[in-house]
Amino acid sequence: MGIRFILMVNKQGQTRLAQYYEWLTLEERRALEGEIVRKCLARNEQQCSFVEHRNYKIVYRRYASLFFLVGVDNDENELAILEFIHLLVETMDRHFGNVCELDIMFHLEKAHFMLEEMVMNGCIVETSKAQILTPVQLLEKTS
Amino acid sequence: MGSQGGFYQSKEFLDLVKSIGEARSKAEEDRIVLNEIETLKRRISEPDIPKRKMKEYIIRLVYIEMLGHDASFGYIHAVKMTHDDSLLVKRTGYLAVTLFLNEDHDLIILIVNTIQKDLKSDNYLVVCAALNAVCKLINEETIPAVLPQVMELLAHPKEAVRKKAIMALHRFYQKSPSSVSHLVSNFRKRLCDNDPGVMGATLCPLFELIARDVNSYKDLVISFVSILKQVAERRLSKAYDYHQMPAPFIQIKLLKILALLGSGDKQASENMYTVVGDIFRKCDSSSNIGNAVLYECICCVSSIYPNPKLLESAADVISRFLKSDSHNLKYMGIDALGRLIKISPEIAEQHQLAVIDCLEDPDDTLKRKTFELLYKMTKSTNVEVIVDRMIDYMISINDNHYKTEIASRCVELAEQFAPSNQWFIQTMNRVFEHAGDLVNIKVAHNLMRLIAEGFGEDDDNADTKLRSSAVESYLRILGEPKLPSVFLQVICWVLGEYGTADGMFSASDITGKLCDVAEAYSNDETVKAYATTALMKIYAFEIAARRKVDMLPECQSLMEELLASHSTDLQQRAYELQAVIGLDAHAVACIMPSDASCEDIEVDRDLSFLNDYIQEAIEKGAQPYIPESERSGMLNISNFRNQDHHEASSHGLRFEAYELPKPAVQSRIPQTLIASTEIVPVPEPMYPRESYQTTMPSIPSDAGSAELKLRLEGVQKKWGRSTYTPATSTSNSTSQKTVNGTSQGDGASTVSSMRETYDSRKPQVEVSHEKQKLAASLFGGSSKTEKSPATGHKAAKASSHVVEKSHVPKSSLEVASEKATPAQQPPDLLDLGEPTATSTALQLDPFKQLEGLLDATEVASAVNGAPAASRSPDIMALYADTAAGIHNKNDADLLSGLSNPSVTNMPGTTAMPQVTQSSSKGPNPKDSLEKDALVRQMGVNPSSQNPNLFKDLLG
Repeated sequence: MGIRFILMVNKQGQTRLAQYYEWLTLEERRALEGEIVRKCLARNEQQCSFVEHRNYKIVYRRYASLFFLVGVDNDENELAILEFIHLLVETMDRHFGNVCELDIMFHLEKAHFMLEEMVMNGCIVETSKAQILTPVQLLEKTS
Repeated sequence: MGSQGGFYQSKEFLDLVKSIGEARSKAEEDRIVLNEIETLKRRISEPDIPKRKMKEYIIRLVYIEMLGHDASFGYIHAVKMTHDDSLLVKRTGYLAVTLFLNEDHDLIILIVNTIQKDLKSDNYLVVCAALNAVCKLINEETIPAVLPQVMELLAHPKEAVRKKAIMALHRFYQKSPSSVSHLVSNFRKRLCDNDPGVMGATLCPLFELIARDVNSYKDLVISFVSILKQVAERRLSKAYDYHQMPAPFIQIKLLKILALLGSGDKQASENMYTVVGDIFRKCDSSSNIGNAVLYECICCVSSIYPNPKLLESAADVISRFLKSDSHNLKYMGIDALGRLIKISPEIAEQHQLAVIDCLEDPDDTLKRKTFELLYKMTKSTNVEVIVDRMIDYMISINDNHYKTEIASRCVELAEQFAPSNQWFIQTMNRVFEHAGDLVNIKVAHNLMRLIAEGFGEDDDNADTKLRSSAVESYLRILGEPKLPSVFLQVICWVLGEYGTADGMFSASDITGKLCDVAEAYSNDETVKAYATTALMKIYAFEIAARRKVDMLPECQSLMEELLASHSTDLQQRAYELQAVIGLDAHAVACIMPSDASCEDIEVDRDLSFLNDYIQEAIEKGAQPYIPESERSGMLNISNFRNQDHHEASSHGLRFEAYELPKPAVQSRIPQTLIASTEIVPVPEPMYPRESYQTTMPSIPSDAGSAELKLRLEGVQKKWGRSTYTPATSTSNSTSQKTVNGTSQGDGASTVSSMRETYDSRKPQVEVSHEKQKLAASLFGGSSKTEKSPATGHKAAKASSHVVEKSHVPKSSLEVASEKATPAQQPPDLLDLGEPTATSTALQLDPFKQLEGLLDATEVASAVNGAPAASRSPDIMALYADTAAGIHNKNDADLLSGLSNPSVTNMPGTTAMPQVTQSSSKGPNPKDSLEKDALVRQMGVNPSSQNPNLFKDLLG
C-alpha cells in the first residue's frame, strides 16, 4: 500500500485538500485530521519532519502557510516521501507558477487531477512532471 | 487568478472559496458550510442546470465533504456527471464519485456501466479517467465486469493508459488475488515496457507479489539488477531526474525489491553487490533525495546476504547521518543503525554518544525511534538501563497507544533478559503501576506465577526472600492512590498467598490492607473478589497454624456488605469465607494448604471418591446411575418418578424443580446429583470452591444433608465456573523458569553491583560524563569512554563475564563480539572473537586502564602493555570521530542549505562557529576530549550565547 492519505492543511488547521487511499467514513476522517494536524502543527522547524501516529507515520512539510501531510505505512522511506511532497509542489509550481494556498483552493479539481496522475492505489506511479501535467493541460485545452 | 481557460468559475464560487479561506475559526467555517449546504440542496435539483454550473456545484460538494460535513444529498448528481460527453465535466464527475463513495456504495452499480463504456472510448483521456475510477470504485463483485477491457488496455498504444491499466490490475489483485491469479504474468511482461513510467508503475504490484512469494520471482533478479544499473547510469529520460538524481523513486522501489529477493539468498545477493556498491559511490549525499536513496541502500544491504564491503559503506553513511545536524537525517540514521545492528552488532559502539544524544533529544519522534533501536540491541548486560529508561519515558507520555506498546516491550525485554527475579518483580511493579490497565492480563498472571514458583529447584531460601520482598514492595505501593485494577489483582493475590508467610507481618496488618483495598476500589468487583479470597487465605493459614483469629471490625463490615452483594460471585466468596472460619484447624489445613498454589490439582473425572457413598446409597435401595446414552425419554421419566416416590417426604417445590430441563451437563454425571444441585440454595456450601485437593473430608451427619453437600462439592469442583486464582495454572511454568532461572544465585550480586554503577552517575553534574556512563552501560563491554570508578568498571566486566559463562549461547555471542574491538574484528561477521582476550581483560587493573585512557601519550610505555595499547587507538578513533563529526555536520548542512534554498527552512544558521572550532583543536587528545565534553555539556548546537565556550575552544 504505502501511502494512506495526502492532506493539505493551512497553518490554522483548515483542510485545503484531502485524498485518502483507504476508505474512511466522514467521522473517521474528521477525527483523524483533527488529531494529526494538531500533532504536526505543534512541532517546530528543528524537529523531525516525521511523526509516528498509531500504527503509521506522517511525513509533513511546510510551505509558507500550507502544510503537506502524507500518511504512510511504517516500512516506507520517510525521506523519499518528504521529497515526493516536494516533487508535488514543484509540479504544481510549474503549472500554476509560484503556487499558493489560494491556487489550490480555486483549482481544487486540478490539484486532485495531478495527484491522480502521481499516486494510484497508494503507490507513487509517476514522477515525471511532464507526464503528470500533460493530461491536465490537455483537459484545459479541450474544454 | 479568476477563470483560467476552460475552468469557468462564477463569482458565487469565488466568493465561497474566499469566505472559507478567510474564516478565522472552525465555528465560522462550519457556519459558511452549513449555509452552503442549504443553498446547494435548493439549487442542485433545479431543472436544466448548465454543465459548467453543475460542475461547479459538484466541486462545492467536494468542499463540503472535505470540511467535514455530509454532502450525500448531491452524490447522485456527481454520478450523473460521469455520463457527460465533455471530458472535463466527466473527469470532474469521476473525481467527485471517487472522493464521495466507497466501493460498496449502492450508487456504484450506476457507474459501472459508464466505466465500461468509457474504457472503450477512442479518446485516451476518457479511458484514463475511467481507469482512475476503476482503481477506486471496483470491488470484488464488479471485477469481472471490467476485467476483459482492462486486460485489453494493457497493450494500448498510449503509455499513460498502459500504466493505469497495470494499476487497475494491481487493484484487482489487492481486492481479490484469486480473481486475477491467472493474470499476474502480465506484471512481468510490463516490466519490459518501453516507457519508464509504465515500468516504474509495474514495480509496485511486483513488489507486493514478491513480498508474498519470493521464490517464484528469483529469476527476475538479473532483470531488476540490470534495470537498476541502467537507471543509475542515467539511461532513463531526463524527465525522470529529480534534483540531479536519475529517477530516484524508481531506484528506491527497485532497492526495496532487491532487498526482498536477496534476503537469505547468497546467490541472488551476489548479483546485486556491484550495482548497490555503485549507487553507494555515486549517490549525491548532499541532497535529501540522495540520502533517501542511500538509506534505501542500507536497508537493502542489511537485508541481503552480508557483504563486508557494502556493510562498510553502509556504516559510513550511517555515521554521516548520525553526525548531521538535521533531525531528519538523525532519525534515518537511527533507523538504519537498528537494521544494520542485526548483522554487525559492533557498529553501535562507534555511535554510542550520538545515540544517547538522540535519546535525550526533546524531539519525541527521534526519542521513540531511539527507543526502538535500544529495544533491538537489548541484551542481558544492558537490559536494566534500557528498561529503566523506557519506563521513565513511558511514565512521561500520555499517548495510550504508544504507552501500551512501550509497556509491552518493557515486559517482553524483562521476561527475556531479566538478570534476577527480584529485578523482574520491581520492573513489573513499575510497569503495572503506571500502565497497568494497558498491559495484557497474561502478564499479570505470569508475574503471579513467577512469584509462586520462584527460582525453582534448589534455593528455597531465595524464594522466600523473593516473596518477602514482593510482599513488602506491595504493601508500600498500596499507599499510592489510584492503582490499576490488574495490578491490584496481583497485589491481592500475592498478599493472600505470602502476606504472612515469613512472619514479618501479622495477619491483622495484611487483612487490614486488603480491606482498605476492597473499600477504596469498591466499584471494581474483580479486585474485591481477589481481596476477599486473599482474606480467606490469610484466615485459613491462621487457623491452620492454630492461632486465634480476630476478625478486624472493618473486615467484618466488609463481609456483611459482601454477604448481601448483588454480585453472586462476591456473595459466594463471602459465604465461603464465613464457612472456612467456622472450621477446625485440620479441615482448614486440608482445603487451604499454605504455599500450595503451584501444586497440581488432580481432577478425578470419574468421581471415584464417591464410590463408597454410592455403594452405601444403593444398598439402601437407591436407583443405580444409568448413563445418558442408555436412557430414553421414557426411562428418564420412570426413573424420575421412582426417585420422586423414594423421596416422598420432600415438599412440592422439589417436584417442580425436577420438571425443569434435562441435565445439560456431561453424561457421566449421576443424574441425581444434577437434579439436586438445581434446587440447592446457594448459601449452603460448607466448602470453598478454591480447594486445593480433590478429596474432601466428609462430615458425618444425617443422610439427607450429607447428600446435598456431597453433591454440591462434586459438581462445583468439576463444572463450577472457574475461580479467580490464576496460580493454579501451571501449564507454561517451565518456559518461564528457563528464561528467568538462568542467572540464578550469582545473578543477584552482579545486579546489585551493576545497579550501583548506574545509580552512581545520578548525582553527577557533568553532562558528558553522565552520558558517557550511560553509553558505557548501554553499550556494555566497550570501555573506551569508561571513566567511572574502578569498582563500577570491574563490576561491569565481571557481570558480563558471569553472564557469558553461565548460560544462554545467544548472550554469550553478543558479549564476545562486543568485546572484540572493531579493529580486531575479522571480516567474517559470524566469528565470535577469542575468548582468551576476555579473560586477560578481566585480570587488568582497572585503574591502570583508566590512566591509559586518559593519557594517550603515555600509553605506549604503560605497564599493562599489549591490551592497553590495543585500546589506545580507540580513543584516537573516538576523538577523530567526534572531531570529524562536527566538521561533517557543518559540511552537510551548508551544502544542503545551498541545494535547497527555495522552500525549506533547514537549520544551519547557527552552525558556523563550529567549523573553526573543529579545526583548531589541539593535538593533545586529552585536552580535546575534555573540550569535546565541554561542547557536549553546552549542548549540541552552541549558539552565540556561549562566548566563553568559544573563547576556551579557540584560545
